[in-house]
Amino acid sequence: MTPLTYHRAATVQQAMQLAGVAGRRPLGGGTNLIDLMRKGIEQPSGLVDVSGLSNQITPTPGGGLMIGAATKNSALAAHPLVRAHYPMLARALLAGASAQIRNMATVGGNVLQRTRCLYFQDAAASRCNKRLPGSGCDAHGGFNRYHAVIGGSSSCIATHPSDMCVALAALDAVVHVADRGGERTIGLVDLHRLPGERPDIDTVLEPGELIVAIELPRSPFDGPSAYRKVRDRASYAFALVAVAAGLEMRGDTISEIRIAFGGVAAKPWRALRAEAVLRGGPATSDAFERAFEAEFAHAAPPEGAAYKIELARRTLVAILSKLSGSTQ
Amino acid sequence: MGIRINGQDVNAPGDARVSLLELLRDELQLTGTKVGCNQGACGACTVLVDGERVLSCLMLAVQADGRAVTTIEGLGDAGQLSALQAAFIAHDGLQCGYCTPGQICAATAMLREVDAGVPSYISTDLTSHPVLTRDEVRERMSGNLCRCGAHNGIVDAIMQVAAERAA
Repeated sequence: MTPLTYHRAATVQQAMQLAGVAGRRPLGGGTNLIDLMRKGIEQPSGLVDVSGLSNQITPTPGGGLMIGAATKNSALAAHPLVRAHYPMLARALLAGASAQIRNMATVGGNVLQRTRCLYFQDAAASRCNKRLPGSGCDAHGGFNRYHAVIGGSSSCIATHPSDMCVALAALDAVVHVADRGGERTIGLVDLHRLPGERPDIDTVLEPGELIVAIELPRSPFDGPSAYRKVRDRASYAFALVAVAAGLEMRGDTISEIRIAFGGVAAKPWRALRAEAVLRGGPATSDAFERAFEAEFAHAAPPEGAAYKIELARRTLVAILSKLSGSTQ
Repeated sequence: MGIRINGQDVNAPGDARVSLLELLRDELQLTGTKVGCNQGACGACTVLVDGERVLSCLMLAVQADGRAVTTIEGLGDAGQLSALQAAFIAHDGLQCGYCTPGQICAATAMLREVDAGVPSYISTDLTSHPVLTRDEVRERMSGNLCRCGAHNGIVDAIMQVAAERAA
């Protein structure tokens, strides 16, 4: 680890000022950043600890929730309003990492965590365009069973590892960002970038911008929603494929539906095409299959991750069958 | 400020790169807390910060400034074992013992989380008070690996203490 300075920010204004010095990075819980610093992948000259900024979870006038970016993952998962009205989010948070890491990790840091691609993590011996632009990608043609099946590029096929963000994408969460001019908002689904030719840039945030809150609109469902995560072991592993889904039935018709996938792309993958196929139609296995086909028609998995297509299909059909009460 | 470690105040290190784990072991000789993977994958370095379980390898010591840290040395000693320490011995919840301090710190906080009604990923109903089954213990303790494979004894020990507390 290279030498660095450490500063605590008491206010957003102070954080912006302290983090405005070149080379400094905001520090939430540090569970990702400190690990990457130890591996030599991140080399900030200073850390601005923003974990003392807002960790409040407050109801909004529109029936949603405003979540301070310094809220711990564990605190958000345990909040009574999240458990009651956003079960897919509570479940996604609880599926992530371990209890120890959830106690440390902040909501803002979770959103901005970097990929767990093995080649990105291996600074000593692997080529990675995300870590070192222009150096190449060893995941292409390498061990790529954890990699993206949709939205990837010849430069990068890394996935975004967050569980929380998959539920946030399905729930139309809005990211509140402080910048020098004040504050702006970005839809969570628009925050993360697909790699293209610049996989080194994970998000649309500009240098100096700071996530200060995540806003959840009123839940679109009165009924149940769910998060199902498929992984190599039963707990404490990153997703091979994950699905966040919720739906509302009116008689035999799906009146509202939300679907997002994790583990398949460089960003939490909101499945608008699949939703469009299903909204206003019947909740049948056949419809679920057609919805999946519509979403993944252009999937282009690397050889090692081809299995994810079938895995994602089965996971989607299973979760929608359960939520709609149709037999499967 | 300062870091209160097992009831004693110590100064945060001047070098911000020092992890809480390094401070505990290398500066304070509190070697009960173990170095496992040093990258947040094994749980051997688990300690309590303000009563909550965290990984001391992924926390800089300066982040703990102004907070209270409890390590395995602060939970009990040979003359006065905590209930979990005694139960781990009674149920053979260890073989080599390397993961044990982290397991016991994690279990100490985990039982408090259940008392507070915090659900887990496998809890059927997210809104009701959780019932601590063996599967719940395994899910809630999944952040602590035991390469000897003493997990059955670990679950037995935790279930016994949970039952005693409920009685």
